Amino acid sequence: MNMHAQPQRTLAETALIDAFGERLSLLPGDGAVMVKRDDAIEAIKHGLPTRRIESWHYTDLRRLLTSVPAFEADAIAKALEPVLEGSAVLPVLNGVSNAKLPEIEGVTVQRLSEKLTDGSVAPGLDRYGADDAIGALNTAFVADGYFVDIAEGAQLEKPIELQNLQSGGQTHVRLLTRVGAGAKAIVVERQAGEGGDALVSSVSQLVLDEGAEVTWLIVQEQPDTATHLAQFKAHIGKDAKLTLFVMNAGGRLVRQEVVVRTTGEGADFKLRGINLLAGDTHTDTTMVLDHTVPHTASTEVMRNVVTGKARGVFQGRINVHQYAQKTNAKMACNTLLLSDDGEFSTKPELEIFADDVVCGHGATVTEIDHDHLFYLMARGIDEKTARGLLVKAFVAEVIEELDDEALVDALEARLDGWFLTHG
Amino acid sequence: MLEIKNLHARIVDDGTEIIRGLDLTVKAGEVAAIMGPNGSGKSTLSYILAGREDYEVTEGDILYNGQSILEMDPAERATAGIFLAFQYPMEIPGVATMEFLKVAMNEQRKARGEEPLKVPEFLKRVKEAAASLNMDMNMLKRPLNVGFSGGEKKRAEILQMKLLEPKLCVLDETDSGLDIDALKIVADGVNALRSPERAIVVITHYQRLLEHIVPDSVHVLYKGQVIKSGDKSLALDLETNGYAGVIGEAA
Repeated sequence: MNMHAQPQRTLAETALIDAFGERLSLLPGDGAVMVKRDDAIEAIKHGLPTRRIESWHYTDLRRLLTSVPAFEADAIAKALEPVLEGSAVLPVLNGVSNAKLPEIEGVTVQRLSEKLTDGSVAPGLDRYGADDAIGALNTAFVADGYFVDIAEGAQLEKPIELQNLQSGGQTHVRLLTRVGAGAKAIVVERQAGEGGDALVSSVSQLVLDEGAEVTWLIVQEQPDTATHLAQFKAHIGKDAKLTLFVMNAGGRLVRQEVVVRTTGEGADFKLRGINLLAGDTHTDTTMVLDHTVPHTASTEVMRNVVTGKARGVFQGRINVHQYAQKTNAKMACNTLLLSDDGEFSTKPELEIFADDVVCGHGATVTEIDHDHLFYLMARGIDEKTARGLLVKAFVAEVIEELDDEALVDALEARLDGWFLTHG
Repeated sequence: MLEIKNLHARIVDDGTEIIRGLDLTVKAGEVAAIMGPNGSGKSTLSYILAGREDYEVTEGDILYNGQSILEMDPAERATAGIFLAFQYPMEIPGVATMEFLKVAMNEQRKARGEEPLKVPEFLKRVKEAAASLNMDMNMLKRPLNVGFSGGEKKRAEILQMKLLEPKLCVLDETDSGLDIDALKIVADGVNALRSPERAIVVITHYQRLLEHIVPDSVHVLYKGQVIKSGDKSLALDLETNGYAGVIGEAA
């Protein structure tokens, strides 16, 4: 007999639990995977996180996730032209990977459904903490995605674009990437969709072996009918270098978690992010970064533009472990608030257990600089255009830091597209 | 071209009156120099002409080609042909200089009902103007004024002026921060713009700039009023005797 008083389940919680019962027989996985799925749905049965859970304080998922759409068997999403010209595209359409896998030199691609069926991905399905609701949701339902293995020493000439596209209903996707020692690659993770009510969970896992170098761009442009719950997890090995660029430019309820661990000396992590927030939406970027070994570096810069009634959140937690001496970490979060009804919450956290480190953080919230506006207008640029230029400049600064003309041009084009519809 | 009549203006924030009954007329084709000691209202006058919102006109009027400009915003004034070369040009990170020039030129053309410039024509004009001012094109690839030296910023202002082809140019202390070589280049740039259809107002502290840009008229500004007007000899007189004599005369 259960002596606990179960809190009443929300509609969304009930819908998820029911959906699991219905979907279970369709989900791929061996015994080990099925055990992980059962554990995950148990966690959901205990309830979605509320504001009383510290890491969800600004995004009360239990309250904000008001409904969960059914799976739509006949939803038809179509692959998109890649963000970077000439990319090898790996599409997942409504949660299903492409039957035909592209041939990319130095890269082995497998459908994730196969790796679930043979159980080889089971260890990676664990949650990273008790409050890992996105991990639990994804582990319970994930049916497909890709495993991309970039061979040791491979220098990819063309970028790879992983597309997770939906056209309504539920999709749960996992994208695994291993980058061999000394390999170099640019990867775009495209998260987009069209159409009605949608719930997306997407988990990306990346492992960088010694000396690997990766630029990973997350381009999230969901429609404002979508709930987008995403996680990016990475381990950065010795002397490996990861630049993660996150662009959030859509979605009704968005949480993008970034969970990174430096695992080898000389590891270097850069996070650059822009949040373009409009309408009546909620967008949360939450980073947990662990410096676990000595001599590693990280910098994080977020730039946020808030319009309409949009709400934004950035939580940045840097844990410097006891042995991680000589860590160098810097974090900044700057917000341009363009509306009285918008809001942005920033929570930087530094937990430092080593005594010889350089760590810092800063956060600002500003409006458009009137001197700058006057200068542009004094050259004949009308107020609306001048404001647009200044807002774009505020976020473009972070893009230009990527220092790669093709990337900068492509991302600025996305930026222009957003301003065209929301400016 | 420019007629300022009994202008009174104050700082919006604290109500301090800076311009106190200023009269000034500048004709098309004329180069007028405005000189005066620190705090006389020279820079304020230039900002008011450009339409900066920090100042409020409480009395009098500013006519440009016979029309009052007081109700026009800075962009409308610029489009109508008024150009202010800033004493301290703003650094604007993230706005590429070339992009800014293109938008400014085309916005002005649009407001005048002209077609936007095609890219090759735009580039040609920028290259020519930059060459005439001895400016490196690489500088223009940087964000607007960011990391420019004082002299580079002033040159960039004159570059913009050349490209935008205004009718009324107001140069606020364009000589400050320039070494003698740069001063000469900038002055040549301004002189090249002298024309019967264009008026130029040169605001300066010193006679030095006026050796290179020879004015048709010189006006001494003090406590927000023009207290004396004359020809270029007035500037020489000020250089030798300082402002004290002129101020004493007026008082």
